[in-house]
Amino acid sequence: MRTVGSVAAVALLLGPAFAGGWKIKPIKASANPPRYAAFSRLLPKDERFGHAIEKLTFGARPGDLDEARQMGLEKWLDRELHPERVAENPALGPKLAELESLQMSAREMYLHYPPPQMIAAVARGRANLPEDPELRLVVSRLADRYLQKQDSQAAAGADGQAIGNPNNANDDADLAPRIRLSDILTVEQMETLRSGRPEDKKRLLASIAPEKRLDFVWALRPEQRRQLFTVAPVALRRELMLSVNPQGVVASDLTEAKLLRAIYSNRQLEELLVDFWFNHFNVFLNKGGDRYLTPAYERDAIRPHVFGKFYDLLVATAESPAMLFYLDNWQSVAPTAVGPNPNRNKRGLNENYGRELLELHTLGVDGGYTQKDVIEVARCFTGWTIANPRKGGAFEYNDKVHDKGQKVVLGHVIAAGGGMDDGLEALRILADHPSTAYFISLQLARRFVADDPPPSLVNRMALTFGKTGGDLRAVMQTMLASPEFWSQGAYRAKIKTPFEMVVSAMRATNADVESAFALGNELQKLGEPLYRKAEPTGYSSANAEWVSTAALLERMNFAVALAHNRIPGVVAENADWRTVGSPDFQRK
Amino acid sequence: MHSRRLFLKNSALAMFGVGAAPGWLARTVYAQQAPQRKKILIAIFQRGAVDGLNMVIPHAEPAYYQLRPTIAIPRPDGTQTAAIDLDGRFGLHPSLRGLKRLWDERQLAIIEAVGSPDPTRSHFDAQDYMESGTPGLKATPDGWLNRALTREAHPAPLRAVSLSPDVPRSLRGSNEVIAVGNINDFQMKDTEAAAAFASMYGGTADRILNGTARETFEAIRIMQSIQKRPYTPASGAKYPNGRLGQSLRQIALLIKADVGLEVAFADVGGWDTHVNETGPQPHTGQLANLLRDFGDALGAFSLDMGDRMEDVTLVTMSEFGRTVKENGDRGTDHGHANVMFALGGDVRGGKVYGEWPGLGREQLYEGRDLNVTTDFRTVLGELVSKHMGNTQIASVFPGFSGARSSGLLQT
Repeated sequence: MRTVGSVAAVALLLGPAFAGGWKIKPIKASANPPRYAAFSRLLPKDERFGHAIEKLTFGARPGDLDEARQMGLEKWLDRELHPERVAENPALGPKLAELESLQMSAREMYLHYPPPQMIAAVARGRANLPEDPELRLVVSRLADRYLQKQDSQAAAGADGQAIGNPNNANDDADLAPRIRLSDILTVEQMETLRSGRPEDKKRLLASIAPEKRLDFVWALRPEQRRQLFTVAPVALRRELMLSVNPQGVVASDLTEAKLLRAIYSNRQLEELLVDFWFNHFNVFLNKGGDRYLTPAYERDAIRPHVFGKFYDLLVATAESPAMLFYLDNWQSVAPTAVGPNPNRNKRGLNENYGRELLELHTLGVDGGYTQKDVIEVARCFTGWTIANPRKGGAFEYNDKVHDKGQKVVLGHVIAAGGGMDDGLEALRILADHPSTAYFISLQLARRFVADDPPPSLVNRMALTFGKTGGDLRAVMQTMLASPEFWSQGAYRAKIKTPFEMVVSAMRATNADVESAFALGNELQKLGEPLYRKAEPTGYSSANAEWVSTAALLERMNFAVALAHNRIPGVVAENADWRTVGSPDFQRK
Repeated sequence: MHSRRLFLKNSALAMFGVGAAPGWLARTVYAQQAPQRKKILIAIFQRGAVDGLNMVIPHAEPAYYQLRPTIAIPRPDGTQTAAIDLDGRFGLHPSLRGLKRLWDERQLAIIEAVGSPDPTRSHFDAQDYMESGTPGLKATPDGWLNRALTREAHPAPLRAVSLSPDVPRSLRGSNEVIAVGNINDFQMKDTEAAAAFASMYGGTADRILNGTARETFEAIRIMQSIQKRPYTPASGAKYPNGRLGQSLRQIALLIKADVGLEVAFADVGGWDTHVNETGPQPHTGQLANLLRDFGDALGAFSLDMGDRMEDVTLVTMSEFGRTVKENGDRGTDHGHANVMFALGGDVRGGKVYGEWPGLGREQLYEGRDLNVTTDFRTVLGELVSKHMGNTQIASVFPGFSGARSSGLLQT
């Protein structure tokens, strides 16, 4: 490809010159080692529109490129950087409104979509039925079913379901049904259920009388049930799920909302950043209390800060019950403290949050800290806990178990007796540290530019981070004002993650997504089940992570399924597997 | 064997038309004429924390019977409802009857009081630590079984297979892994699209995608050749219908097809028996049913494999054990140490390994659980180094400085 170095255009984008005075010195692109040569070759001006759309959105819809050209690059970039100025797509609101748990607090979710433990407790007479009449009915039926299951399990053979597998949220394991499927369905209907097309299954579901639906759903095997859920209209599917696996509704609402926003939102860069920061501060939906704590985590701790100050984002995650639960800090107590139940609470200091805070959230693994720092930081956070952690509880500071002594974090002395502020002070030290500025800039550049971004770019972003007190919008602006971003080195340098690939396919084909439930399942097959990355690293954006023999097969199969309209809830009339499954489409 | 390889070659060439066979495909087909028989390690994860004390019964321990008045398996007495004695101290759950033959033939070894040094009683954390192989460290990006594979210039595309919808933590990492709920799912049904994609990716200048797609189509081709052939287990072996039985049946199929399998993983859940672990009688109920499937699956696999067991070691694990004392619901709660099985030709079976810490109150971990006397990494590390021949054990279990051997394997 011919390169056209347009120095003037880049100078315009760069904006005011940077003043020195901070620890990291910017390097000129020409000072990069030779392997970064491609980042010095600028893209032809005309290709920058398409490049910007690929890098800063979930992919172009038909017409997006023309619109960007008409608007002009600077205005287009400015819009993406200021989502609050962009009117939201009117198609999105009604779709999200159906997913009722999205607006609830974690506690409300717990009450409306109770966990199996609560149902078991009701069944065994150890908890009361809920007050709400509708919910009362749901829970009493489930409790009934629980008891029936306990009885039948003694007699029935092992079902081999992976209960206790954290990757399997649906504990709706087999149970000999009260009514057999063959009593409800005709032979033809049974066949449809087994091998029918999605639209036939949808008709089958619609033909079941409402009063028979519950028996019908309970008579299904879990696999059949999951398949049928994919074809049901959103409201009906939620109702059916509520009657077999209420907790699962929270997970599916969350997953579908993420997909719908990515596909339909007019604030594309914001959505990309929410995904980036969620993975940066990853929590795992299927770990105990996080089943209820995760939705509010993304909504209230991550989303409001993606264009704000890094410190605020850091504090929001540190105080979030979801993170406290996920990295066990809620159990961390001063070694000398004694909890209310000495047998259970003699765990002492738990370093998990402290370690990941330094290694993954702020300084980076080579950021210059020691095991001693991990312990000192962990001591700062003793007593940061959760009231009712498994019941959608809120943050709570328990001074009784806080380590009251002096701490020394990265050479800074935190005086004894600081109480809860010890943790905030530690976060301030970390947010202001140059290693954090560099590490955050590196991670952003890896995601938005290339797996191995040139040091000149990362240093320039880090400098902005330091000068602005961690202003994340300013860091993004610096990245977008850098020639490296608009270079051959960045052009199509990244393999789309499965999430990005699926969403970009929806956008490219202008698909009508009535329900994103099946798309969520597709992402599991493709290796990126949303909110279910167990490791605190979150999903990587590195190319190597997403290119494997099995993953490529799944991508090709996804393209074929989409083109043949075999993904329930999605109508993509213009989809062509040759496009969506092509090597080119996997890149951005 | 020879005819199968010829079949593979012909079907592969037919897929593309003889004249049009890409060079790489011809190379791999011919390369298969002289496969190296590699050692194979199979890891089975019992998710949910199996009650090891009712799986292998310490029937010589009075405390076992005192602390489990309703769920203890009776002392061996030759009946169908009692433990099956192994060595005068321990006995198998009666549902594991099928494994007694393997014990007697010295194929099956038992490792007692094995577990993780990390104290967590969270399923999630404990599984994570056992699978990453780094207890206490959460950010480890890959799993021990992936790290156990050595780097190779041209690895077989099916060297690492998991019988699960997702790649499990144990197998995540930089070596290629294929995860399939069922090996029949690994295919492209649309043959027109398959051919078009093969040429599209074969012709792309995108080196990453080009190289990987080559392996993808090779894996598809190998899988196709397997999928087409009916499989009859040898020696009349009958795999149970549960998930583990079907997983092991497919692993056996892959091993016999000589696809170059080196490691395989399967998991089975349902072991989290807080309530009604046993039925009204101790030898019945949930755990008895699960163990029957478990034992029958292992037994069928061993029978089916026959002489090929010389190349195979199968190891079972579960994230932690359960409380020694039963709870008020005829169940048990989350505990600490547990039991592992090792099965295979290299295993010095017919013996219970590991130091037994005892069940007396002062001998228990935190006054309630079986103490860990053998780190699970000692067992897995020994299998990786001695069975698989990967001596870079420090990179498979980084930071582990405990015992490197328990004498479990013949050397």
